[in-house]
Amino acid sequence: MEKLKLHYDVDGEDFTSAGEASTDVKRVLRRLGFDSDTMRRVAICMYEGEINLVIHGGGGVADVEVDENEIVIVLVDHGPGIPDVEQAMQEGWSTASQTVRELGFGAGMGLPNMKRYSDEIAIESTVGEGTTVTMKIRPAG
Amino acid sequence: MLIREIKDILEAKVLCGEDLLDTEVKSACGSDLMSDVLAFVKEQSVLLTGLMNPQVVRTADMMDMRCIVFVRGKEPEQSVVELARQRDIVMMTTAQRMFVACGKLYSAGLVGNS
Repeated sequence: MEKLKLHYDVDGEDFTSAGEASTDVKRVLRRLGFDSDTMRRVAICMYEGEINLVIHGGGGVADVEVDENEIVIVLVDHGPGIPDVEQAMQEGWSTASQTVRELGFGAGMGLPNMKRYSDEIAIESTVGEGTTVTMKIRPAG
Repeated sequence: MLIREIKDILEAKVLCGEDLLDTEVKSACGSDLMSDVLAFVKEQSVLLTGLMNPQVVRTADMMDMRCIVFVRGKEPEQSVVELARQRDIVMMTTAQRMFVACGKLYSAGLVGNS
């Protein structure tokens, strides 16, 4: 399979449309014949990442590269950055607003979920400049 | 269990997906926290929730769920129903509260799978 590249702009103002890019990625993977476990893992990682871009990053971009051995998701925002990445990786740690919590997110599960479902995750963040999250998911077998 | 049986047990009103009521489902989960659904759910195909925003539908879609039940008589905006319709997800609402709705379905044989 030739490497497929997908690019999405994620609107930081619109919580209702968060998840549209993830839906599209899942649709593409289904069309390419990936197994349901791989599709779900990619969809969860991408979706949690997309939610983070909206609620923390003020929007950003998502780039996804797909070939049969690996799916790479790169999420970039120019938001406030994460002062302590290790702390942010702990389940339950969150800086999300009450509004976000009322919408069913912001419980400190985003980054831990992304780690749980990806094979590799790397987070580069500079306070005041933004955050880049790179995730790699490899199909089983 | 068929989705139609869930509708009958919970005396629920179907909001969309009337033509999909004969779909077989084996397990369910109840949560108002979508990140927990994403973290802990494996093969569950029914989501019971009190949340009504579009992210409920997107979460269900990411997890390949087939049916969303709103508890406590909640009804979402039409745009949220439409999102479910586009994804072939059955959506219904019941007057039952979360604990009772889950209990009734569990007693009738729908399991939780951990």
